[in-house]
Amino acid sequence: MSITRLAQAIWCASLILGSAQTAYSSEITVDLADPVVQITAGFSGTDLLLFGVAPGDGDIVVVVRGPIQDEVVRKKERVLGVWVNRQEIALEDVPAFYAMASNRSLDEFLPGGIANIHQIGLENLQFHPKDKTRKADDFEHFRHAVLRTKQRQNLYTWDPQPLIFMGNRLFRTKIRIPSNVSVGTFGIETYLIRKGELADSHTTLMNVRKFGLEASVYDFAHRQSFAYGILAIVIACVAGWAANAAFRKS
Amino acid sequence: MQIYLPIAEMSVNVFMLLALGGGVGMLSGIFGVGGGFLMTPLLFFMGIPAAVAVATEANQIVASSVSGVLAHWRRGNVDIKMGAVLLAGGVLGSSFGVWLFSVLRELGQIDLVIKLSYVVFLSIIGLLMLVESVKSMRASKRSAPSKAHHHTWMHGLPFKMRFRKSRLYISALLPLVIGVFVGLLAAIMGVGGGFVMVPAMIYLLGMPTSVVVGTSLLQIIFVTANVTLLQSINNQTVDVVLAMLLMVGGVIGAQFGAKIGSLLKGEQLRGLLALIVLGVCAKLTYDLVSTPVDLYSLGTGGGH
Repeated sequence: MSITRLAQAIWCASLILGSAQTAYSSEITVDLADPVVQITAGFSGTDLLLFGVAPGDGDIVVVVRGPIQDEVVRKKERVLGVWVNRQEIALEDVPAFYAMASNRSLDEFLPGGIANIHQIGLENLQFHPKDKTRKADDFEHFRHAVLRTKQRQNLYTWDPQPLIFMGNRLFRTKIRIPSNVSVGTFGIETYLIRKGELADSHTTLMNVRKFGLEASVYDFAHRQSFAYGILAIVIACVAGWAANAAFRKS
Repeated sequence: MQIYLPIAEMSVNVFMLLALGGGVGMLSGIFGVGGGFLMTPLLFFMGIPAAVAVATEANQIVASSVSGVLAHWRRGNVDIKMGAVLLAGGVLGSSFGVWLFSVLRELGQIDLVIKLSYVVFLSIIGLLMLVESVKSMRASKRSAPSKAHHHTWMHGLPFKMRFRKSRLYISALLPLVIGVFVGLLAAIMGVGGGFVMVPAMIYLLGMPTSVVVGTSLLQIIFVTANVTLLQSINNQTVDVVLAMLLMVGGVIGAQFGAKIGSLLKGEQLRGLLALIVLGVCAKLTYDLVSTPVDLYSLGTGGGH
């Protein structure tokens, strides 16, 4: 555990250092086409467009990380012919979304140490069991189950999306945000790797939120669930009465 | 056209939902059944989380029962006193059911329990209907079996009550227990429970067939309303957007279904419905016993 804490400390320090560096040498500058993603009634996913400038040479890797959540992973076993959930583990620090983009294959320029510290790449994601005392022997199986399931849901992607340099060290990338994405604050981290060293990094934030009727319905259901239930019943009664009245006349 | 369902948190095709509502509505119009026991499994097959499907379907059944009970009310086919006793049981049963639902959800067993309940009930009902329709198709010439009043232990129970409309003098405990059981089914399975209540009212209570459907619908309105409210409060799983789409499709489908139903023969109808029910049951059973794509699954943690 202490190693990961140390890694997090280094990561935070490097971010601060990174932003400090930006102030002096302005190594990378990054901007999002749209820092707010709104989930409306017609939402069927969107593309996150990211632009940036990285003077000098070096490679870029962009990591998009969704808000961290707790997840319960359950393993099925066969009981009397039927598959039943038996073992379960509660995990924390699981990002709701994870995607990357880079200008070339990561193993060509990204040293394993940096990838590990900054949790770049799905295999480097660190999840921790909520109950620290309980360490299942097959913890790795549960960890991989999260990676697998999230990939099936299109929430995690293993391979980086293409990132294109357009001349003058101006770069651009497009990352797909699927319709089943969770709401919250997303971190978009950009790393500049030069000769196997982390030359600079930059973090920008993106907000995914429900908007319009969808947001109102969701908030209403969770904040005033009693009134929501009554309203649902009233709507149903009116609909039933209207249907009866409409078809009686015809 | 895609629409995002705010509670199910997924985007689905509007026309597919309307067609689903319309199709099941049509079947329920043809066969004169509620349709919840077909709609809920079909929602599972579409990928709607089981908890959301069950709670939302309860909400939709409120609408279809209101529409149905009004028609029976006008013909005077509702026994309010019997309905009230069934309802008292139904509120008890459904309240307990929603509590049980929350506990099972916490344990990660709710999907299994919902699906197993469906397999058990659909297979029993499907088989019974199939056997009966085959029998009646063979002997359609013969007159219906006489339904004499047998005196059994049930008539010795206390708290006797007179139900004028049903022309019965029986213990109030009987409809109360039936109500509790049906309420439990409504909460766990997202059905009105008509498919259990109607036979129980005819064969166990001995109610005249004319008042059975109207009275059961009256009870179903209040029980599914109770389920809708309690699911909203405890689990926040009622998706009104989904419910409204299903209502629109269901109402229109049911009107066409009723017209088609009047053109077909009763025993053929029952045989057809039995086959549909058994088909859905077979699919659910297959899903439970076949090796899943992934043995591991993610439940909801604190994040959602």
